Amino acid sequence: MKDEQQLLDKQQQKAGVSRRNFLKTVTGTAAGIGISQMFNPALVKALEKALETHPVIWIQGQGCTGCSVSLLNTAEPSIADVLLKVISLQFHPTVMASEGATALENMYKIAEAYKGKFSLAIEGAIPTAADGKYCIVGELHHKEITMVDVVKDLGAKAGSVLSIGTCAAYGGIPAAEGNVTGATGVMDFFKANGIKTPTVNLPGCPPHPDWIVGSIAHLLTKGVPELDENGRPVVFYGENIHDNCPRLEEYDAGELSGKLSDAKGCRMDLGCKGPDTYADCYKRKWNSSMNWCVDNAVCIGCVEPGFPDASSPFYEPA
Amino acid sequence: MAGCKPQASPAGAGKKIKVAIDPVTRIEGHLKVEVEVKDGVVADAKIFGGMFRGFEQILIGRDPRDATQITQRICGVCPTAHANASALALDDAFNVKLTDNGRIARNLILGANYLQSHILHFYHLAALDYVNGPDVAPFIPRYAKNDVRVPKDINDVAVGQYLEALEMRKICHEMVALLGGKMPHVQGVVVGGTTEIPTREALNAYAKRFKIVKKFVMEKYVPIVYLLAGPYGDLLKTGGGYKNCVSWGVFPMDNKGNTLLKRGVFTDGKDAKVDPALIKEYVKYSYFDNATTGLNPSKGQTKPDPNKKGAYSFIKAPRYNGRPHEGGPLARMWVTNPELSKIGQEKLGVKNLRDIGDAAFSILGRHVARAEETAMVADAVEQWLSEAKPGKETFVPAPIPNSAEGLGMTEAPRGALLHYVDIKDKKIANYQITSATIWNANPMDDMGQRGPMEQALIGVPVPDPENPVNVGRLIRSFDP
Repeated sequence: MKDEQQLLDKQQQKAGVSRRNFLKTVTGTAAGIGISQMFNPALVKALEKALETHPVIWIQGQGCTGCSVSLLNTAEPSIADVLLKVISLQFHPTVMASEGATALENMYKIAEAYKGKFSLAIEGAIPTAADGKYCIVGELHHKEITMVDVVKDLGAKAGSVLSIGTCAAYGGIPAAEGNVTGATGVMDFFKANGIKTPTVNLPGCPPHPDWIVGSIAHLLTKGVPELDENGRPVVFYGENIHDNCPRLEEYDAGELSGKLSDAKGCRMDLGCKGPDTYADCYKRKWNSSMNWCVDNAVCIGCVEPGFPDASSPFYEPA
Repeated sequence: MAGCKPQASPAGAGKKIKVAIDPVTRIEGHLKVEVEVKDGVVADAKIFGGMFRGFEQILIGRDPRDATQITQRICGVCPTAHANASALALDDAFNVKLTDNGRIARNLILGANYLQSHILHFYHLAALDYVNGPDVAPFIPRYAKNDVRVPKDINDVAVGQYLEALEMRKICHEMVALLGGKMPHVQGVVVGGTTEIPTREALNAYAKRFKIVKKFVMEKYVPIVYLLAGPYGDLLKTGGGYKNCVSWGVFPMDNKGNTLLKRGVFTDGKDAKVDPALIKEYVKYSYFDNATTGLNPSKGQTKPDPNKKGAYSFIKAPRYNGRPHEGGPLARMWVTNPELSKIGQEKLGVKNLRDIGDAAFSILGRHVARAEETAMVADAVEQWLSEAKPGKETFVPAPIPNSAEGLGMTEAPRGALLHYVDIKDKKIANYQITSATIWNANPMDDMGQRGPMEQALIGVPVPDPENPVNVGRLIRSFDP
């Protein structure tokens, strides 16, 4: 524990600038800036503690970085607050300053020092065909490291795993019919490799930033949230989209949209997969509540384990 | 804190030193670079594309309309570009003509994401090559000697802008969502136009956000790029590469094919019109079946062979008229040659982009072109906002053809993008994608020509192989 503390202290206090001092000078002073109701004072305190003891390592496999980009869209708390106050993000290929061997060495060092404690966030699917060669995440000591290698290794060492996005949770598009890479989601991969680390699935193509931030905060402070049979937090994925859709009244009245640009009507005839989809998009909306798929076009069921094959053709009724 | 250690190792006799960086970070995807340094500069370079998903196989047999959704998942930073390329290919195959409002709505969706992508690239992907972030993860560890040359006060300004830019790019995504449903991965771009007819309210909400972003672009982003040209002036003289450009053109300004950023190629010092038949993809050094080399995308095949001897990348090597070309903001701006922004004209003492001359083809030149393009797109967004008509139709329905081909050529923020679709029995029989980074980050071709990014690395100074800062700077100048 002492060693861990020292390791982080060293990293955070270079040139005499501690994390907290930096926060004061750059993002304001109060602890609560931009933090929504779910981030009450007790939780903020717990997060501050977790920041010191539970680093996050974020790795990417067969993905598009869309989940990371979605995380950047978090409104409350802001992404600056998330990066500086909520999580200690020790490895993230898109965001971190370092590259090459140093980045990987740091990742393995943190994983060892915080064994059984750190959270592993996985974005993208894991290609298991051709000895994992379809996704190389880096090289150390002149040896290629595949996504398969790193998920096996760090997956077993982590205290908890977050499968961020449908690719990581269930395979998603890389695992769709026609793929040749043996793409698989984390849950199946863990089963096949006897890894028993507690795992939370946060599907969505991409997942909503609130689902990611809320789940990370829960995981760091209170442990694994209540999950449904597909491993998703019930708090975010517990409700059926069609049953809760603001357009349900129109459906009940038999008003169905006839073409994609119709402003009114239930989208069922246009292929909307709301009836088969469980998520709270209907009330949370997207991008700081600007809009959501059903008001714009149709739901394509992107949070479901069968996406995309089970919900396509997207523009034909189920 | 230990500095970033690249994998440096002496390579046999002489003074050649091999340096590998894997992973190259702050990019989209999986990339490795290996350079050979001799006398302090890069003498040879290889770029390794380390990931394959197989979108082209996955698309076969699907409803053609699903391609706008599936292909967006190629890139979470520029899904709107893939949505547009796919929709253009399908518009062509379905033989549908857009309404003016449909064209403008697509431009507003794509334009907002151009602003997002360029801001994200400069501040959050590239800037940490030039300024130091705070001394906490994920901003540390960093290279022990990272050649940051800005004084502390400028560094503080840049870090402040880094944080502000996080907010700006989020606002850009709100703009996309207002017309496109959500972001990343929009619902709104489909064959035949867009799905949501803009209301006055939505356009006002878009305009309100746009004003904030434009102010940031003109008052912060563009100026700070020119500010870097002071301490990093030498980076305007390195990283030139082939100086060949492809631009398929983007942002249709009318229904006659005129685009804001022009369509054209620039090869070995000469301008030429685009002929899609001259595009061919080579695979001698890529993990694909050798029998499929040298094909035009309309005849293209994607047959992976991950254990192929001699291959080193999952990226094919596209060539235009047999020559490697770079794509991206610099290529588009070079082909278009617009007047620079007021700040640009003042700082550089020239009027148009091409007046910069060879210095445009450089590490910093690519950042200048990207910033100038951001300003140009922002001006155009203002025009489209004034042209968009609330309540007017944006969508033209069309049946799936039994059998048809379609070609969609546009530009992603990071370069030329082509989608080709072949429909048989109302299903996708073949789908080929030549995406932006494939033009830049490709390996050697069958004729022995390096890829554009590999070539641009040649001559780049690496005075300290333990801290090969300029290698990452060069790669990220392309925004892979």
